[in-house]
Amino acid sequence: MVDNNRWGNFFAHLVLILGVAIVVFPVYVAVVASTHPPGTFVRGVMPLLPGPNALENYRTVILEGRSRAGTPPIGGMLWNSFVMAMAITIGKLSISLLSAFAIVYFRFPFRIFFFWVIFLTLMLPVEVRIVPTFEVVANLGMLNSFAGLSIPLIASATATFLFRQFFMTVPEELMEAARVDGAGPMKFFKDILLPLSITNIAALFVIMFIYGWNQYLWPLLITTDPNYYTIVMGIQRMVTGGDSEPLWHLVMATVVLAALPPILVILFMQRLFVKGLTETEK
Amino acid sequence: MASITMDDLHKVYAGNVKAVTGVSLDIADGELIVLVGPSGCGKSTLLRMVAGLETITEGTLKIGERVVNNLEPAERDIAMVFQNYALYPHMTVYNNLAYGLRNRRIPKDDIERRVREAAEMLEIAAFLDRKPRQLSGGQRQRVAMGRALVREPEAFLFDEPLSNLDAKLRVQMRVEIRQLQKRLGTTSLYVTHDQLEALTLADRLVVLNGGVIEQVGTPMDVYRKPASVFVAGFIGSPAMNMLPMAYLREKGGGAAVGHLPEGTDLVGIRPDDLIVGAVDPAADALVLNGTVVLVEPAGAESHIYLSLAGSKQPITVRIAGLPELAEGSDVQIHAAREALHPFNEETGRRVASSAPASGSRTDRVHSTS
Repeated sequence: MVDNNRWGNFFAHLVLILGVAIVVFPVYVAVVASTHPPGTFVRGVMPLLPGPNALENYRTVILEGRSRAGTPPIGGMLWNSFVMAMAITIGKLSISLLSAFAIVYFRFPFRIFFFWVIFLTLMLPVEVRIVPTFEVVANLGMLNSFAGLSIPLIASATATFLFRQFFMTVPEELMEAARVDGAGPMKFFKDILLPLSITNIAALFVIMFIYGWNQYLWPLLITTDPNYYTIVMGIQRMVTGGDSEPLWHLVMATVVLAALPPILVILFMQRLFVKGLTETEK
Repeated sequence: MASITMDDLHKVYAGNVKAVTGVSLDIADGELIVLVGPSGCGKSTLLRMVAGLETITEGTLKIGERVVNNLEPAERDIAMVFQNYALYPHMTVYNNLAYGLRNRRIPKDDIERRVREAAEMLEIAAFLDRKPRQLSGGQRQRVAMGRALVREPEAFLFDEPLSNLDAKLRVQMRVEIRQLQKRLGTTSLYVTHDQLEALTLADRLVVLNGGVIEQVGTPMDVYRKPASVFVAGFIGSPAMNMLPMAYLREKGGGAAVGHLPEGTDLVGIRPDDLIVGAVDPAADALVLNGTVVLVEPAGAESHIYLSLAGSKQPITVRIAGLPELAEGSDVQIHAAREALHPFNEETGRRVASSAPASGSRTDRVHSTS
């Protein structure tokens, strides 16, 4: 694309490699640390080369958990995280698709007003509204439940806004053709809008899944029952839970395992994801 | 198949924007009516009102014997071909054609048969498994027609269906649409801004301007006897020359001017009816003198732009072949008496040859069929 200047090439690669190194290094340290025996960390120095205990560490984490620190085995926490992330993702997608559909294709009183109300909530991140939200969820008796974990995070102004923008680029004639073809509003939504939005849905699915998976503060607040711990907050419990020094090798093994599902989601949806971000197929 | 009856249709948009004011038109069963006019004349709005995509502010619309004012597009049993085709991009051609039929809960093998037939007829059978984006413009156009065809509706509505095609394809599709419509005998309403398309396609032509009907008639009637200055200027290319009566009285030679009906103050002459060269002064013709400004060769014919002597009034002459005329030379042109179209400048209407200028607005809005 640009010229083939040798030095330009060199610097481009240098910058890219430096960037990659900076991003990858902590991950590398985590992976390495998860392969060492417990004694290694007492000296306060992080090893940079893999140790001999990989299998044993992962076996301990997956099968036994760390009952001493009050956390359940990792499998349960991974499952909780997965359920929460999926609930948030699917909930966010369905609600924002429907509300964007309503805002773009229907003429009702205060339509613009509602759009701006939704838009305004973009300015209120979870942390800002966390205390009142907690109060509401507690009063509804949803503490320590999947509903409490996911429902408050489902409303999404971002996704609504993105779908609205996308729907507005869909030619109006398509809707008219569908009307002439005898498709009612919901049929048009299901048969035409949804298939056209598939790449956008995939891109948002990845983003939302990772958003849900990485929720930390909210699960930390509303779950006291270890059966509902998610993996991300579980790691925190492992570090601060016991009286003794944190067992870094097990913590790091958990971290590595916790990072896997989002990576898998991205790998599987990568093609659609990139398409959704770059392509506007019409 | 059915007739379409428009009775005093009005469309007023928010902010009191009047798109259509008082259009009445009877379309006979099986007729192909072309709505033609410049952009903003209300022709598309009128079509969309018939389709049910725009609400009708006032008046009644009947398809067959049924008043359809408040029916959804799907309930009106019409099919529409859109300007941008509006094909469903994620569906194959087959599904594009079948979608409307499925929504009507037509049996599967019936759908299959109708889609195959339509595809056969439009020569798109080879593309049934493709997506619209894998097709060329002309093929997409055929698919859009096919989607209307398979529905076997009471009426076809065409909204400038050819305007996105290149010139050659446009002519080809125009012919095909005409043949298809004749074969099926389905009542059709066709909107275009292209006067040539209108002339060649229509059984009857409806010229719209500013939301009202200027003239209704067969293409040749409209061409030969334009009812108003607007129609005269819009139908026919190059446009009809308009010369003030005062100039003709003063500078025009020949006896023809004297025969024009009373009340004429604007005379239209088609560029085709003007002949270059001298004529017997006694003949019943109009004779004018002018200077050649530009000669524009257009293949089989040429357009000569003249500036009339004593007025600088521009005038266009169309002749066959390429004339031996130098720019800047003086020429004489003439036109037969029958070729003069008398208009009244104030009313904008044609002056009837027997009586002086008359004709109220309602007279011309209502058509006879």
